[in-house]
Amino acid sequence: MAMPQRLPIIVFALLMAAIPFIPGMPPFWIVLLDNIGLSALVAMGLVLLTGVGGLTSFGQAAFCGFGAYTTAVLTTAYGMSPWLTLPLSLVVSGVAAVALGLVTVRLSGHYLPLGTIAWGIGLFYLFSKLEFLGRNDGISSIPPLAIGSLRMIDPGTIYFAIWIAVLVSALLTMNLLDSRTGRAVRALRRGHIAAEAFGVQTPRAKLLVFIYAAVLAGLSGWLYAHFERAVNPTPFGAQAGIEYLFIAVVGGAGYVWGGVLGAAIVVILKEILQSYLPYLFHGEGQLETIVFGILLVLLLQLAPTGVWPWLMARLPFKPRRNRPDTSLALPARTRTTASAGVLLQVDKARKQFGGVIAVNNVSFEVQAREIVALIGPNGAGKSTTFNLITGVLTKSGGNISVHGHNIDNAPPQQVVKLGIARTFQHVKLVPDMSVLENVAIGAHLRGRAGALSSMLRLDRADEAKLLAEAARQIERVGLAAQIDQLAGSLSLGQQRIVEIARALCVDPILLLLDEPAAGLRHMEKQQLASLLRQLRDGGMSVLLVEHDMGFVMDLADRIVVLDFGTKIAEGTPDAIKTNPDVIKAYLGAVS
Amino acid sequence: MLFLVQDGITNGAIYALLGLALVLVFAVTRVILIPQGEFVTYGALTYASLSSGQVPGTARLAVAMGLVAFGLDLFAGRRALRWRLVARALAVDIVLPAAILAGTVWLAGHHGAVVVNIALSLLIVAAIGLFLYRIAFQPIAHTSVLVLLIASVGCHLAMQGFGLVFFGAEGQRGPPLSDTAFSAGPLRFTGQSIAVYVITVALIVGLWLFFDYTLTGKALRATAVNRLGARLVGIRTTLSGQLAFLMAAVIGAISGILIVPITTLYYDTGFLIGLKGFIAAIIGGLVSYPLTAVAALVVGTVEAFSSFYASNFKEVIVFTLILPVLVLRSLAAPAVEEEKD
Repeated sequence: MAMPQRLPIIVFALLMAAIPFIPGMPPFWIVLLDNIGLSALVAMGLVLLTGVGGLTSFGQAAFCGFGAYTTAVLTTAYGMSPWLTLPLSLVVSGVAAVALGLVTVRLSGHYLPLGTIAWGIGLFYLFSKLEFLGRNDGISSIPPLAIGSLRMIDPGTIYFAIWIAVLVSALLTMNLLDSRTGRAVRALRRGHIAAEAFGVQTPRAKLLVFIYAAVLAGLSGWLYAHFERAVNPTPFGAQAGIEYLFIAVVGGAGYVWGGVLGAAIVVILKEILQSYLPYLFHGEGQLETIVFGILLVLLLQLAPTGVWPWLMARLPFKPRRNRPDTSLALPARTRTTASAGVLLQVDKARKQFGGVIAVNNVSFEVQAREIVALIGPNGAGKSTTFNLITGVLTKSGGNISVHGHNIDNAPPQQVVKLGIARTFQHVKLVPDMSVLENVAIGAHLRGRAGALSSMLRLDRADEAKLLAEAARQIERVGLAAQIDQLAGSLSLGQQRIVEIARALCVDPILLLLDEPAAGLRHMEKQQLASLLRQLRDGGMSVLLVEHDMGFVMDLADRIVVLDFGTKIAEGTPDAIKTNPDVIKAYLGAVS
Repeated sequence: MLFLVQDGITNGAIYALLGLALVLVFAVTRVILIPQGEFVTYGALTYASLSSGQVPGTARLAVAMGLVAFGLDLFAGRRALRWRLVARALAVDIVLPAAILAGTVWLAGHHGAVVVNIALSLLIVAAIGLFLYRIAFQPIAHTSVLVLLIASVGCHLAMQGFGLVFFGAEGQRGPPLSDTAFSAGPLRFTGQSIAVYVITVALIVGLWLFFDYTLTGKALRATAVNRLGARLVGIRTTLSGQLAFLMAAVIGAISGILIVPITTLYYDTGFLIGLKGFIAAIIGGLVSYPLTAVAALVVGTVEAFSSFYASNFKEVIVFTLILPVLVLRSLAAPAVEEEKD
């Protein structure tokens, strides 16, 4: 079924397998390819961590060091077999990642890269000072890898071990990205609020990619130790950490194969610079670093997203996508209580930002099967109320309960489990993911496949159901024609509808819509209104914030009016239209 | 004991200066300035070369970078090439570095006074800083922090490579600013260490006055908060970026000139010094000047103590100092997220 997508990888694997058998192949080229493979492994982890997850790390070289030193110590001092040390190397890198990751992944933005530079250097000095790691001299005479009597001493034999590792890792990484967990990871870069609103534990997802990248680096380190058969601190220092990140960015930080391509470009470029520059400039100083640095700056100015996407955009054919089979059904979410009576009760909810009272003791309720509109001038506290209900903000006072159960400052992931799904005033989709994938994030909590089963493709049944549910909801909101387009390429109005489809994937009992009709044309608004009525008749409740009065008055069963954080009116649309306080708030006092 | 504290404060003062420069550049341009350390070595070694009567290669580098910047300026303004624009580009990109080089060559024959050498070193490094922004960062000023960071790494590599070409692999020392020394109790103060304290404090106060009380300083801060908004009210954000880099280069060069009489500097020493400034800057959250200054003093003191009691693990201790800080920051990290576009 996935043959057309796998074909290029199989061709690539066969090509790589054939290279050492080309007659007259200079051994030096094989060494170069070995080095490319080793770098590609680390870069692949960085692709996932930095390009996809948005977490920048300069410290990957240190994780290589953990992998390399683990096997070096265990094989030389304790005489263990290299194959036994492989899992241990990976575990040591992974555990180091957990320790450092717990500290750093919760940090946002630029702290992480700076933090990783600092601990990268710290670990480098640690490697070079510890007695049992051989200080600056490192550890030598590490045994080679061996299968039976085949000892992988020359670069041509270990070549296969290295490139099998690269190909397997690439496959596992791509499988991971194309899964429930992968979508959660890919959503990280655009901020955590939207992902958390659909149940993604973002700190866990971040820690996961951090460990994953570290384990890949550890694998590279393990291979490196048995390839060079000696380790010393130099290849695990800050400079190397910087270089790995450079490789990922050059290749295309968002693409698994970009990591491999970047490794090829950088390793070959460095080799060329090192061997030819001294001839050109009669061997003076570190000329290659100068040229290397200048090329780096130049490349970023010409192709800031890397070479891989640039190449892909020039391919004459496009990879095919499989349509999800919409006949597969996802079991409905288990409802907590019978759907009758008061669904959502907001009781004297209050939110203060310093001296500003954004929401001032607001109380209202939403019944089952009811459309309630929350209106008010700009700055009235409508979106803040939404954020209080969904747990994005913690309230300063009051109570919010669902079906009579108090949701006392529950985190967003907890709120969505109660069947409360929302959209955002400022659209929060992942622009470089397809509409289908974006909507499937909504069904995150209804799938159960984890990272490991996704990597091994054991998640397909689960995944097919999730995608089928997403496709159904997309059809329901009328965007079936756009299902494979990138979310960022849709108009703003359509993106809002995609957000509604994503919220519907939760199988919610209450839908919170923040200005769903903004940016829609008249016909589209009518379609949206009829969809919402249909949802209500099917048993769902809707709470919406909207500025289009025609839309609201037509649709809502009840309206709550806020002004400056305070509720000034509540009632049927007809009552609200004639309410003097509401008219005053919207049009000013008539003197 | 006390002398370790004194040592730490002297180091810390330098880290504070670098930390301030890093905060300044990051705040205005979002660039994490890895080449800050190169400004330190360039400043220090240029000063040392001038003092020994040589023409430093950095002066020629400034001219070369000026030529590239001139080309970029003309190319960027090719659609509306007016006389004023060309004249400004010519004056800043060609005439200024050429004049500095001429002055340097002329002075190399005569043994110039310390003050003249310092002034020339600062001018050379300032020009390099200005052109560095123009060439490497201005064309990609709108991209993500990550892309800027990688470009910054590229600049660091190139500049460090040039450093080796210009100054060789041997370390150098420069003449002190003053030879006076006096003792107070168990402590010995040299004129140099006094100069370090005085200049650091003066620069910190100066930066504070600049950012709080001058229009240019406020414009820089406005650029930091919102580039688009700043442009809409008429602030030229490219000029702000150039100014920030120029100031960072001068601060780096001053730090270099302050320490080169105390310790031997190699072409690649700056990187580590700069990174310790980073640690201070990170502790200060990359936003707070006073916190950065205090953190720098802590870093310097920890370094002094660990080099005395556990000299093997000095760097390990200094660089892992950042971890508890990051833990605290992550615990205190607010849950709100900024709107990203």
